[in-house]
Amino acid sequence: MSETTQLLNEISPGATTPVESVHQEVHDEHGSAFPPFESDTFASQLLWLAITFGALYFLMSRIALPRVASILEVRSDRIATDLAEADRLKQETEAAIAAYEGSLATARANAQKIAGETRDKVQKEVDAQRKALEDQLAGRLAEAEKQIAATKMKALENVRAIATDAATDIVAQLLGDKPDTKAVEAAVEASLKN
Amino acid sequence: MDPIHQFAITPLFGEGTFAFTNSSLFMVLTVLTITLFLILATGRGALVPGRWQSLAELSYEFVANTVRQSAGNDGMRFFPLVFSLFMFVLVANLFGMIPYSFTVTSHIIVTFALAMLVITTVILYGFWKNGLHFLHLFVPSGIPVFLLPLVVAIEVISFLSRPISLSVRLFANMLAGHITLKVFAGFVVQLVAALGALGGVLAILPLGMAVALQGLEFLVAFLQAYVFTILTCIYLNDAIHPGH
Repeated sequence: MSETTQLLNEISPGATTPVESVHQEVHDEHGSAFPPFESDTFASQLLWLAITFGALYFLMSRIALPRVASILEVRSDRIATDLAEADRLKQETEAAIAAYEGSLATARANAQKIAGETRDKVQKEVDAQRKALEDQLAGRLAEAEKQIAATKMKALENVRAIATDAATDIVAQLLGDKPDTKAVEAAVEASLKN
Repeated sequence: MDPIHQFAITPLFGEGTFAFTNSSLFMVLTVLTITLFLILATGRGALVPGRWQSLAELSYEFVANTVRQSAGNDGMRFFPLVFSLFMFVLVANLFGMIPYSFTVTSHIIVTFALAMLVITTVILYGFWKNGLHFLHLFVPSGIPVFLLPLVVAIEVISFLSRPISLSVRLFANMLAGHITLKVFAGFVVQLVAALGALGGVLAILPLGMAVALQGLEFLVAFLQAYVFTILTCIYLNDAIHPGH
């Protein structure tokens, strides 16, 4: 359309009909070609792109990005230190638990030792008392046995004397002769043994 | 009604090369918006970030992760450049979504200049860091000798086409999207003007389409900024690690 207008203008310059003048306005306002391919705007676009993009690059690399980076770094540092602190506290807790369990074990061992010692002491006392009692009883038993033996011996002595006398008397009565005391005693001894 | 009208560059003041045009105005607005956003958002530097600070940190980490994943930790030296590119393209695209505004990135010269900035950086850094070893970029290892000339030719052509594809992709997406939006919105006006009340009823269809397209264009605005960024990172990776 605008090319037609251009052509018409070239054919009859100055002779503008109302329709053409409208086209003329459109032509002036819109530019003649496809705007992205209009090379006379390239220089200005490149210039301003260089200025603005250069400024952007400068602002980003010098100011904005270091700020964001430092924020992120501070945060990751903070998280790392917090994690380390948490780890340290956890280790402390574990150490405390270990210490507590250790002292508990020691206390339990102590209690067992004391109980054992007490038991041993009581046992020893009981044993000592029992032994004393047993000794006492054994002593009395031995004494009694000795007495019994002595009594028995005495009784036997008496028996022997009586038997010897009786045997002597019997032999004297039978034979009319007093027998040898030694022979009677030997005979009594032999018969007592049987 | 002319869908191309929105791309016209009109000087606001000045003339020729030094003219301050509507395009210049939106470039300045883009830079001011990004800078103010980042500086105000990080002003308090709170340990627990608020909404704005979160957004600033999010954009930082988003770009930083993209750089790290595509170009490795060595690529982080280009982080300010990549971040500036991403934010510039993204904010310029989003400014274009405001009715009656101007889309800086819908002009091929702007996107081409940005693409050339990337490719120039790649070439200069590639040679500075790797010397002639940088040329190994064009000679993939493990290729039979008789295929080598063909492969090298393909690699060289693909390298040379990078600035073109990088710039045309962004430019064409923004241009086409805005034209489509304008055309569908124009249908609404034309239908009402031509058919009156009946046209008003029929106009619901193109209006719905325009609304849907507006949503899509927001996606495209972000996506194209991201694509530009990730391709920049991939190209920078070639400069840092030229061996295939």
